[in-house]
Amino acid sequence: MGRRRTVLVTFGLALSLVSCGSDDDPDPAVTADAGGSPSPEAVRFPVTVEGTNGSIRIEQRPERIVSLSPTATEDLFAIGAGDQVIAVDDQSDFPPEAPTTELSGFEPNVEAIAGYEPDLVVFATEPGDLGASLEELGITALQLDAAPTLEVAFDQIEQLGLATGHVEEAEALVADLRAEVDDLVAGADRSAGPSFYFELDDTYYSVTSKTFIGQLFELVGLENIADAAGKGGGGYPQLSAEYIIEADPDLIFLADTECCGQTPETVAERPGWDRITAVADGGVVALDEDVAQRWGPRVVDLLNEIATAAQTAEADAA
Amino acid sequence: VSPRTAVAGRRGRAFVVGVAVLIAATLAGLLVGPVRIGAANVFRWLLSFGQTPSGMSEQEALILAELRLPRVIVAGLVGASLAVSGAAYQAVFRNPLADPYLLGAAAGAGLGATIAVAYGPTGAIDVTVPMAAFLGALVGVGLAYGLGRSSVGGRGATSLVLAGVAVASFLTAVQTFLQQQRSETLRQVYTWILGRLGTTGWDDVWLALPSVVLAVTSLWVVRRLLDVIEVGDVEAQSLGLNVTRLRLLVVLAASLATAAAVAVAGLIGFVGIIVPHTIRLLVGGSYRSVLPLSVLFGASFLILVDLLARTVVAPAEIPIGVITALVGAPFFVVVLRRSGGSGGLKERARSASGNPPEGGRAA
Repeated sequence: MGRRRTVLVTFGLALSLVSCGSDDDPDPAVTADAGGSPSPEAVRFPVTVEGTNGSIRIEQRPERIVSLSPTATEDLFAIGAGDQVIAVDDQSDFPPEAPTTELSGFEPNVEAIAGYEPDLVVFATEPGDLGASLEELGITALQLDAAPTLEVAFDQIEQLGLATGHVEEAEALVADLRAEVDDLVAGADRSAGPSFYFELDDTYYSVTSKTFIGQLFELVGLENIADAAGKGGGGYPQLSAEYIIEADPDLIFLADTECCGQTPETVAERPGWDRITAVADGGVVALDEDVAQRWGPRVVDLLNEIATAAQTAEADAA
Repeated sequence: VSPRTAVAGRRGRAFVVGVAVLIAATLAGLLVGPVRIGAANVFRWLLSFGQTPSGMSEQEALILAELRLPRVIVAGLVGASLAVSGAAYQAVFRNPLADPYLLGAAAGAGLGATIAVAYGPTGAIDVTVPMAAFLGALVGVGLAYGLGRSSVGGRGATSLVLAGVAVASFLTAVQTFLQQQRSETLRQVYTWILGRLGTTGWDDVWLALPSVVLAVTSLWVVRRLLDVIEVGDVEAQSLGLNVTRLRLLVVLAASLATAAAVAVAGLIGFVGIIVPHTIRLLVGGSYRSVLPLSVLFGASFLILVDLLARTVVAPAEIPIGVITALVGAPFFVVVLRRSGGSGGLKERARSASGNPPEGGRAA
């Protein structure tokens, strides 16, 4: 068994190396103004990075970064740019040393943000036109929207590496993450995997395989019962209770433990739910819903948790 | 045949039709759903009173007993409550646009639910949110009634409605502020506001039933007096009616029913307006007909709307609040055009012209 695992890891690494090497996408790290390969000590600025709000030119290594996106905060600290971060939004609670403030990423207050005198503001989706407002004040703003795929999530880490002068760390992190993902994917039995229901809240909103989180489950060969409800598009259908009971999933993943106080016990108490295989066989898994809603480096921990649950369910069935 | 017996006959026929429609709607609600259960099995299950008849799987019996039946009952209770409360409000406020949320019930319930989601114990949301919504609705109406009554030279219906507008705006503002402070609660409150019958169980039946029965019975008792008060406060007073007391009783009963409905189903708009008006257009304006028929058709309407909510995009669901307006509005326009606006609506609109339009419905 141990030997087989080593082989798998090696295979996974080889795969990830191949996928890195054969990356045909025009890599902004190479095409950037930095020119040539950056030296380990100092990335030469200015650089141009690709955000959701277009190509952003960054003149100097930013030293006063404000992050309004919990995912970007995790990315920045994971690539060693944490020292350059002076403030993060109220939802950014990881890593613990992140300088959490009252700033809001949902209802951003431009004046309050400008008050920190940032030289770079990183933010995700927001309703107004935050990027333009900050640009008017002469503050560089980089928008990194919710990633639709793992590839985009990894690319965002590399963009942040380029933007902050941590290109090598970012590339090393992404290589590590890819290796772990490939390892977990290779270890999964793709034939007729166990079925699952992913719960976003206690009114049975779920995700289909088209969503970022749904893709993770697909990667390790799990079968999503919400896909039958995905015809209308959207990717986040609200399921009927009687359908969930009829579909009888082998696993239930709860992403509503914090928002809605749901636990394996409360799920078992719902009318009729005690007969679902997942509930009867202890297949209800409480996920860290913060991790499940972000697309940062910890997404691999989440994938690991999912893969472990899948293997346990398969072992039970066998 | 004398005119009086003709009217009574028409009322009797309408009542029989109402009962038949309610039975049909209930059966349809039990027969149709995302999971296919044969009609024969459903009838055999009904006739065996909850026992699982042979030839039927445990799972099918479970779905009928624990999910469909309580959901149909709650939809019926909520629809009946909203329709009968709307009808009674339209009478005592002499305002065709009065709905059960007129006096701040919706805004109060929304604020209560938001407080429970944001600050309540996280483990007990299933219990705390309905209770907080129930209390919030009663507090909202209580505030509006207290303020409207105590205003200098209180002018009865109008000052109550105006107080309701003010209270609703204020409570909604507080709710918005709290949601902004605790933005992680936004999604849950929003889901709740759109209406939720998807998680209905027997708990909800027992939560709603006592209030609804008490409220509907109270309104039934005073149904004749509603015809009197609709003429005008002064005229009704001169006929020996205690207008203030009757209005208070109607507000109490309707608020109780509305609070129960909101607690188990969230905010479902439109039912309280279109059901009573449709009945007026079809069978005339006397509350001796409108009130009982509102109970029957309100229940049937919401059972059928919920049927659509859970089958149109099955196995996914559509929020019920979306469908009530989507189906209800065109249906109502058809009835309005067919009837040429007769059946008491004109008179009602005229007598209401002195009143402010739409009350403080919280969005």
